[in-house]
Amino acid sequence: MAEFRLEVVTPNRKVVEREVSLALLPSELGEIGILAHHAPLISSLTIGVMEFVPTHGERRRVALGDGFAEMADNTLTVLVDTAELDSEIDIMRAQEAKERAEKRLRDQQEEWDFSRAQVSLHKAAARIRAAEGSE
Amino acid sequence: MAQTGRDIQRRMNSIRNTQQITKAMEIIAGVKLRKARGRVEATRPYQHRLRDTLQRVLEAAAVEGDTLPPIAREAEGSGHCLIVVTADKGLAGGYNSNVLRRAEVFRRENESTQLVLIGRKAREFYRRRDVRFLADWVNVGDDIRFSEAREISAVVQEFFLGGLFARISLLYTEFQSAVSHRPVVKQLLPLADGSAERGSSASSQGPKPLYWYEPSLAGVLRQMVPLYLDSAIYHGLLEGAASEQGARVTAMRNASDNAGELIEELNLSYNRIRQGIITKELSEIVGGAEALES
Repeated sequence: MAEFRLEVVTPNRKVVEREVSLALLPSELGEIGILAHHAPLISSLTIGVMEFVPTHGERRRVALGDGFAEMADNTLTVLVDTAELDSEIDIMRAQEAKERAEKRLRDQQEEWDFSRAQVSLHKAAARIRAAEGSE
Repeated sequence: MAQTGRDIQRRMNSIRNTQQITKAMEIIAGVKLRKARGRVEATRPYQHRLRDTLQRVLEAAAVEGDTLPPIAREAEGSGHCLIVVTADKGLAGGYNSNVLRRAEVFRRENESTQLVLIGRKAREFYRRRDVRFLADWVNVGDDIRFSEAREISAVVQEFFLGGLFARISLLYTEFQSAVSHRPVVKQLLPLADGSAERGSSASSQGPKPLYWYEPSLAGVLRQMVPLYLDSAIYHGLLEGAASEQGARVTAMRNASDNAGELIEELNLSYNRIRQGIITKELSEIVGGAEALES
């Protein structure tokens, strides 16, 4: 199967840098599937889970924060504020973060920014989904 | 100045204590420097790619004549906003004063400049001078997180969209090497200025790929520009933190060296005094013996 290069970059590190044959990205309008030699594309991404299939190996998942993706010259670059590979995710911590965010949304305390709590809730949910898998 | 041997020894001990402290501070700063430098380098790929992509999107927007979202548009007015990145702590050689001196130059050149201050040193400096500033952050610390940069960025963006100023510049210290760092002013908004000239050189390099934008060109920009600002501020904070530690290593090494020199000098004069006393005692003994013999 034809392959292309996938790079997932955050402000702190490169999370993924390898040849893949398929990538699925979470976008505002739904999931975008990218195969090799996809037309040039710049897309906003939403907080969620991306998947990719390496040329050799198992399908992997990455929990993504806020950002966007660019496909050009057979290279898919994903620039996001946070990204964690499924194997790196601490599911206990993600659960705790999710409960904390839910509590904040319920209590709606003045000092707690509503949109910020929502973002952390989405991120925690994405981490849990990435770690547990969609099946 | 008549000094007894004991006076000199007392001074030597006090200098030795100071030297121990400066040596310890040098070592600590050295460890922090290594960490900070690693973080600056790790954030560069993201920063550069984001800038390149933003560039392409802006060019495409210029060609297509799309309406830009407000954050990417050139605002009216002449007001400036200067974000000043300093440290919370001193004892770092000229690190803080160099930044503040540059800030003062900027304020003289641009009359209607409003300040956003990061670091306790900047806040103290402008409080002492009774200069008003829009916002300030202290205790950002050594362990800078992206979320902290986002918070600062969000506040500044809100000011910008509220029409408080038309330009945003970031003043931080660029880390070149452990001994070389200099304050730089980088314009963040409006985006058009710096990118227009670089854009023209890029467009001469043959055809560019035509992108498909999801959900739309304006939609992509609306998301990308704030991210760019977040990451530029984050990058500035990290560069500043690395420079601060570099400056501190140098300053503390100089202090330790100076202390060493002082101790050597004092040791010399101590020995001279001691020798003077011995010589005096000897000649007294010899004189006494001679007096007995005669």
